[in-house]
This record gives sequence, structure tokens and C-alpha cells, in this order.
Amino acid sequence: MREVVILSGKGGTGKTTLTAALAHLAGGKAVLADLDVDAANLHLVLHPRVHDQEDFVSGHVARVETSRCSACGLCAQVCRFGAVRMGEGGTAIVDPRRCEGCKTCVALCPEGAMRFDPRFCGVWMRSHTRFGPMVHARLEPGGENSGRLVSVVKQQARLWAAQLGRELILADGAPGIGCPVIASLSQAHWAVLVTEPSPSGLHDLRRVAAVCARFRVPMAVVLNKWDLAPDTAAAVEAVCAEQGWTFLGRLPHDTAVPWAMAQGMAVTETDGPWAQAVRAMWPLLLQKMDSQGGI
Amino acid sequence: MILAVASGKGGTGKTSVVAALAAVWPAGAVLADVDVEAPNLHLFVHPVPESSEEVGVETPVVRAERCTACGACADLCQFGAIALLGGRAQVFSEMCHSCGGCFRVCPADALARGSRVVGEITTGRAGRHTVVTGRLRLGEAMAPPLMREVLARAIALAAGRDLLVDAPPGVSCPAMTAVEQADAILLVTEPTPFGLHDFQLAHQAFAPLGKPMAVVINRDGLGDAPVGAYCRTHHLPVLARIPYSSELAGIYARGGSLAEDPVVRAAMEAAAGALRA
Repeated sequence: MREVVILSGKGGTGKTTLTAALAHLAGGKAVLADLDVDAANLHLVLHPRVHDQEDFVSGHVARVETSRCSACGLCAQVCRFGAVRMGEGGTAIVDPRRCEGCKTCVALCPEGAMRFDPRFCGVWMRSHTRFGPMVHARLEPGGENSGRLVSVVKQQARLWAAQLGRELILADGAPGIGCPVIASLSQAHWAVLVTEPSPSGLHDLRRVAAVCARFRVPMAVVLNKWDLAPDTAAAVEAVCAEQGWTFLGRLPHDTAVPWAMAQGMAVTETDGPWAQAVRAMWPLLLQKMDSQGGI
Repeated sequence: MILAVASGKGGTGKTSVVAALAAVWPAGAVLADVDVEAPNLHLFVHPVPESSEEVGVETPVVRAERCTACGACADLCQFGAIALLGGRAQVFSEMCHSCGGCFRVCPADALARGSRVVGEITTGRAGRHTVVTGRLRLGEAMAPPLMREVLARAIALAAGRDLLVDAPPGVSCPAMTAVEQADAILLVTEPTPFGLHDFQLAHQAFAPLGKPMAVVINRDGLGDAPVGAYCRTHHLPVLARIPYSSELAGIYARGGSLAEDPVVRAAMEAAAGALRA
């Protein structure tokens, strides 16, 4: 089984648009996963019918049992996250948004007045789409533990792929290089990095490529909207060549892209230069994965 | 005033809007780039660096000769950063959230205070403005500790000046950290299904904070998702609309400021006036 994660560093370069197109081209043979649990968008194109859904409960949050609180203030003093303060009523108050779930206040309270409740962080779902099975999630707005939720979605996608005998997992990743991205790279076989011809696109491509290298995940670069700035596009390709990164191809700026998004369609379900370029790229991606292996 | 510029969806133009606002801001300000995973503001405002330093967070280091392998630290740690291996406590520094709990529960004083570098902060000048940029160390998972440090430096440097904060995308802990100290939040969105969806998430995530919020609609005309209607329903003032055009996309692609365009400049001047009022 091969697991491909679509990443970018910078947001808005076209990860979800590309993932949806590749999902279409995979012809129902892949299990799809949306690992951007924080601001998931793949469902807006794939319109999943939810088959089952489970709560994602991860970590804990401290809560004061006010009847036992002696207002000694130790909890507020030891909290490194500014989550506990002494209220005017004379007891401690926890701000659950700031609570890191570290348990220090719970362990040290001399009255045993701190409860430690499991934290509800969101839900994850197994769904059916016109392009095959999909695992996705919804983190509570402002929620914690996005990396752990990414790991759950990945694990469920692998289980489902194994049950169904699918050889490919296509996963839409989060922007950035932090905890959800690192979680999405764990045991991935390939990363496809989508960039755009701009100083920001290139800057963030370098950062996410360095993180892929650090976690030893082979990667290939896709340059989206290249014709918006052909000179910058050439500079991005030159950097790829210089760094020895696999360059998968260029995709043009195409008004069919926002049009398809507005219709809730994958761009390859329409026709136009962008769709044609991705169709040409798809066998190349499969071939690169075959020839260069993976982990 | 501390103004956080946030979005939900990535790539809607947060950084471009911060740079354009900075170009027309009537007084010298501090600009803080707290999108430490993918910091881009410096590519638009070109600060001259003045100082740079590493930022570390506190992590425990086991004093093997004192550790009695009682397991109190490993039992407490909620993040899997300490385990008992080979008859003593072992620390996995990358997992540590720096809560400090292990130091307090160790009965044998067997934990010394070490540190893990999480990134660096660069301070510089761009014309009238001071620019503070955080860069997360490659491979570091936790952005919020570095973000809090960037904000603390920026607030100290502001000393009465306005502070414009370029926030990361998303609506989870990094985005919340970026806005928690702000006096007001400016949301940048685009009228596409993805833009509207994530804008709604951001609005839901930030609304409980009770801070005033306003909106800039970028790439106006790119799609027809009803962002304006959502703003009207939720009483979110739309301070500016930046049109979708290939000229503006070209300015952006070569790292220019959208304020070079006279129409955008006028819109940003009006937005800056409204924000300062």
C-alpha cells in the first residue's frame, strides 16, 4: 500500500484542488483522506455521504470542583499556560481554551479539588464519495490536538484500505510545517508539494521540503498557476533542479479551476488546460513512485 | 491597538493585506509575523535585520545519579515525553510541552532544567515600521510557544505604537494563540466555497473571544460564494474589497505590495482609518 500526502507549506496554492483531481483520476481505486482537520475543504468537492462518525476525545482539561477548593492559589501559580486564575468568588477558575491538559494543577492541588475531564476535540468520519471511500474529520473550532486527530484519520484510512484491498491512499494535508503536517508525514510513502510562482510560495516550499527530507519522505513538486509569473516559475524550477527535487510538472492558471470549485466538481471532471495538464501528470506520478520506491 | 489579521483558509491574502495596511498606516507601527511555520511578511516589507536570536523552551534533563526510577514524572507527563527505561527516567525532548510539572513532582531532585530550541526571532526595520518575525525550527511541531514569545517582544517594542499581527491560517491552537491578545481581528477571505467555509469556521472560533471583528474580501469577483451575505447576517463590517485581477496577481507574484495599485491603496487607507477609529 502506498500513501501519498499533498502538502505545500504556504496555504492556498491548490492542495485540495489537486487532491480532488487525483482522486478522480485514481478511478475509485484509492482511499481518500482529508488531513487538514483544522480547515477541511475536500468534502466541498467530494460531497461525502457519511457512513459512520465517531467522537474524537483526546487529552484532558482541568476543571475545579468548587466545593473542595480552599482558594490556596497553588494551581494558578503552577500553571504555565495562564489557564488558571483566582476568581473574585474565592475559588480557582480554569479557562478551558488555554488549558494544555498537562495535569500539573491536578497532581499538586492539596485539596484534590481539580478534576481532569476527557476533552472532546471534534469528530472523525468514514464516508462514501463518487471517487471512493474517504476518511475525514472536523476539529472543534479553536480545538486542540490537531496532530493526534490527523494520526487517527490516517490510521483509519490505512485500516479501511487494508480491508478493501486498496493499494493507494491519497491524503490532502494542512498548510504549514508544524504538528499536523509532521503527523501527516509519519509513515507516508510520498509527498506531493504544490507550490505557486511567488516569493512566498518558493520560501514555504523550501521549508516543507526540508521537513520532508528530515522525516525521510520522498517528494515531488507541482508548480501551480505557473503562467501568472513565468519568470518566478522558471526560478522555482531552477531551485528544484539545484536541490535535486523531483519536478512533476507545471499547471496553468485556468478559470475552469474556480468554476469547478463553485460547482463542487473536481477540475478533471470539466475540460480545460489545467485538467489536461493534471491528466498528463498522473501517470508520471505513478511511474515516479514505482521507479523511486519509497520507504 | 493590537490588530490580528487572520483568515481560516490559507492563501487568502493575510500577508498581502498586512503589507498593504502597513504601507498606508498613518504612523510608525510594529509588524509581527507570527505565522512561524511559513513566515512570509518579510518577503513583502523587506525589513533590514537588526538582531536575531534563538528561542528555547524549558525541558527536563535527567540527573542519572539521583534518579530513583520511582516513575512519578512519567506518570504525570501527559505528552509521552518521559518514560522509564533501563532503570531510570528518559526524556523525549521533542514531545515536551514545557508544563514544568515533572520538576515539581520529582521527589529526588533528579531533573535539571534544560532547553529545546523551537525557532528564532528576528527584529528589523522597514522604513517607519519595526518588524518582528518568528521562524519555527524545521522539524519542530509546536508553534504556540514561539508565537507567544514573538508577541511578547512585539508588544514590548510597540510601546504605545499600533501592532499589526500576521496570523497563521486555520482555526486550531496556533490561530487562537495569534489572536488571543488582540484588541480587534481583521478576517481576510475570498468569495469561493473554500474561502467562505473556512471564514465561517474562523468566525465561529474567534466569536467566543468577544473581540471586535471586521472583514476584507480579497479576490472579489473570483467566485460568487455569499461571503457578503454572511457578513451582513452576522454584523461583520466589510472594510475593503480587493478586486480579482491578473494585474494584482502579477504584483503579488513578484513580491510587490498591493498598495502599488491606486484602487487598492485607497481601499486600504479607508480600512486603516476605520480600524484606528
